[in-house]
Amino acid sequence: MTDLTLDQAGKTKSALVSTSTLQKGVAFVVLIALLIFFSVFTENFAAWNNVVNIMQATAVNGVLGVAVTFVIISGGIDLAVGTMMTLTAVMAGIILTNLGMPLPLGILGAMASGAVMGAISGTAVAKLKIPPFIATLGMMQIARGLALVFSGTRPIYFNDTPNYGLISPESSLALLIPGLEIPNGVMIMFIVAIIASIILNRTLFGRYIFALGSNEEAARLSGVNVDFWKILTYALSGLICGIAGLIISSRLNSAQPALGLGYELDAIAAVVIGGTSLSGGRGTILGTIIGAFIMSVLTNGLRIMGVQEEWKIVVTGVIIIVAVFVDIMLRRRA
Amino acid sequence: MHNTSDTVPLISVEAIHKSFPGVKALVNARFDLRPGEVHALMGENGAGKSTLMKIMTGIYQPDAGEIHISGQKVNLSDPRAAQALGISIIHQELFLMNHLTAAQNIYIGREPRKGFGMFVDEAKMRADTAALFARMKVDLDPDVEVGTLTVARQQLVEIAKALSFNSRILIMDEPTSAINDKEVEHLFAIINDLKAHGVGIIYITHKMDEVKRIADRVTVMRDGQYIDTLPAATTDMSRIISLMVGRELADATRATGQGGDVVLDVKNLNRGRAIRNLSFSLRKGEILGFAGLMGAGRTEVARAIFGADPIDSGEISIHGVTQAIRSPQDAVRLGLAYLSEDRKHYGLVTSMTVGDNVTMSSWPRFTRSRVFMNDARMREAANDYVQKLRIKTPSVDQETRLLSGGNQQKIVISKWLLRDCDILIFDEPTRGIDIGAKAEIYKLLQSLADQGKAIIVISSELPEVLRLSHRILVMCEGRITGELTGRDATQESIMTLATQR
Repeated sequence: MTDLTLDQAGKTKSALVSTSTLQKGVAFVVLIALLIFFSVFTENFAAWNNVVNIMQATAVNGVLGVAVTFVIISGGIDLAVGTMMTLTAVMAGIILTNLGMPLPLGILGAMASGAVMGAISGTAVAKLKIPPFIATLGMMQIARGLALVFSGTRPIYFNDTPNYGLISPESSLALLIPGLEIPNGVMIMFIVAIIASIILNRTLFGRYIFALGSNEEAARLSGVNVDFWKILTYALSGLICGIAGLIISSRLNSAQPALGLGYELDAIAAVVIGGTSLSGGRGTILGTIIGAFIMSVLTNGLRIMGVQEEWKIVVTGVIIIVAVFVDIMLRRRA
Repeated sequence: MHNTSDTVPLISVEAIHKSFPGVKALVNARFDLRPGEVHALMGENGAGKSTLMKIMTGIYQPDAGEIHISGQKVNLSDPRAAQALGISIIHQELFLMNHLTAAQNIYIGREPRKGFGMFVDEAKMRADTAALFARMKVDLDPDVEVGTLTVARQQLVEIAKALSFNSRILIMDEPTSAINDKEVEHLFAIINDLKAHGVGIIYITHKMDEVKRIADRVTVMRDGQYIDTLPAATTDMSRIISLMVGRELADATRATGQGGDVVLDVKNLNRGRAIRNLSFSLRKGEILGFAGLMGAGRTEVARAIFGADPIDSGEISIHGVTQAIRSPQDAVRLGLAYLSEDRKHYGLVTSMTVGDNVTMSSWPRFTRSRVFMNDARMREAANDYVQKLRIKTPSVDQETRLLSGGNQQKIVISKWLLRDCDILIFDEPTRGIDIGAKAEIYKLLQSLADQGKAIIVISSELPEVLRLSHRILVMCEGRITGELTGRDATQESIMTLATQR
């Protein structure tokens, strides 16, 4: 019962925002606890260098997490985010390196190709009535295969595009505020998250995403064009994957066509840890970003503590199960 | 044959009371079943038949009352206990696992074992099933996958399953609702055979002709109460109908007033078995009632007109123009609104706020440049309707699931009024709404009609249809079996048309 009152006190404008406030709160507490734990028990964890490392490591997973958050709130799932990211990076490589076109076209190409792939997944789900799990499982393989085919299975380097490093590893912020060397990739993640939050909570599109995930049939019977909004949701997810593709290829100064598999599961893990319900209708972008940070803080902290790398994977698995369990318990009591 | 008059009843229930929050489902209900008889149980929807059956099968516990089986007082604490005492029910909707065979379905959870209990004794299971089928004189393969059978044959599998428990009390809930005439004959032959073996059958139905043919006695229930038990052979069917209907219509002030233009015209609508060659028209300012029993096809008609389900053929005109309505989106654009009986699934997004739900059909109107939601204006509009329709909610920011049924219904109504819909189809407008709120919903519907909205009311509650409607269409098995107006419209005349096969 105390949970209920807490929930209502936290209610500001819309119940949509507040329903997952609690678990987002839990995720946030876990993150702070981890930060404190590692700062106290390791020497180098809190060093600025390491903080930058953690942020750098969060950027890609965070952006992919945001992409898949939209789809999950709408009641679907997108397993293709990892390989779509790879394909968009390859597209950028082809446009910039193979065709020698200017940087803005490469950026546009990556995002547009992601959006198109997403729209195709969305169409398969909305129009062909293929379950999202299957449709995006197919798209995951299609994107993975295409990335290998288009690149000729070899990495594409961005040596001819000297400014490409501006996207992720370099820090424009440090030019403005010397010393605050937050990499641009991390800044992009935060900007994507802020825009995504606005889309989700302030726009018509966002409201439809929640309605779809909460009760698609009621939305349909209210005269909502559910097919259109669903396709748009997957397209948006694909477009954001394009941004992730740019960040990762910029950091590696190359499009690695064999990369990408497994990233979708990390992204979904971040979403779930962040309190977004896999059954749709509930969730926040902030939660997803916190979830992504929890994962990279764990990896980083355990590595500094000298724990074998593989244990981090085990711990992440435990965290996912515990996070969802806490979510279920909180909802049952509310 | 058994001499029924001096045998102990197989089962008898007495003075049963059962309440649910806000509803007295059963008040002093009773029923008894003798060996070798078919005892029909009749009553309108909501008369308490299902509740009584749920008590007799251990699903519900009565608040008060006694149950005797073969003269022994028993406590049916759960469905297992009822089954152990020889009570089985064959539901209207069958509970079979489509991918398993007939034999596997019949012995699910109690398969004969062999090899130290580690393996299923398939041969024995098959042989036992074959024996059951032979006893019923039906030609069914124990190895057939149940999903490939017709509904009628699946029903036979269910009956065989009941017999496998050595059930002596068999409850059949509208067993003929989904099978054809020839299959009905076969079912009746099996029922007669079971009777000859001393099995007692409780037969729930709405169909008068079946009662006449198969039943020995008829018990009528109404409003959760026992009304009377009569011999089926010598009782006039019109008497049973009047017992089912019972109460006189207290509120005789029936709305009148028609004569507006035809706003909705439906011609020769067809959809599978559910809707057969249906035509009607609806006028401005009119409340048109659709009466009939559950499964008569009324909801299907509403969904078909609204574009929620595809139609096979038919023509729908709105304001005199023929329209192709392919989706609810098309229907809404043309000013149609459908208010489902199942508000939680089809009417509301219960996890969203009152404001979100009231405005849902009109969200694009509450945006800045069609992109950003204008929550302030949306709340204002929602507040307007909260006041106009007297929706009881602390604020428009309240989650919809926390409101009562009556207030939820008002939210759905608001949604369509805000969308400027002028043809409103209400499917069971007061289901799950308490008495006080009902009157308020009725008043609301009447004032909407007075304002020139055209309204269709689908209702299984006869007093409701009679009170609200200017004109009543009665449906049975996908067809319109009659139209009633003014003095001709009585509960008796509706029931007669609704049970016409």
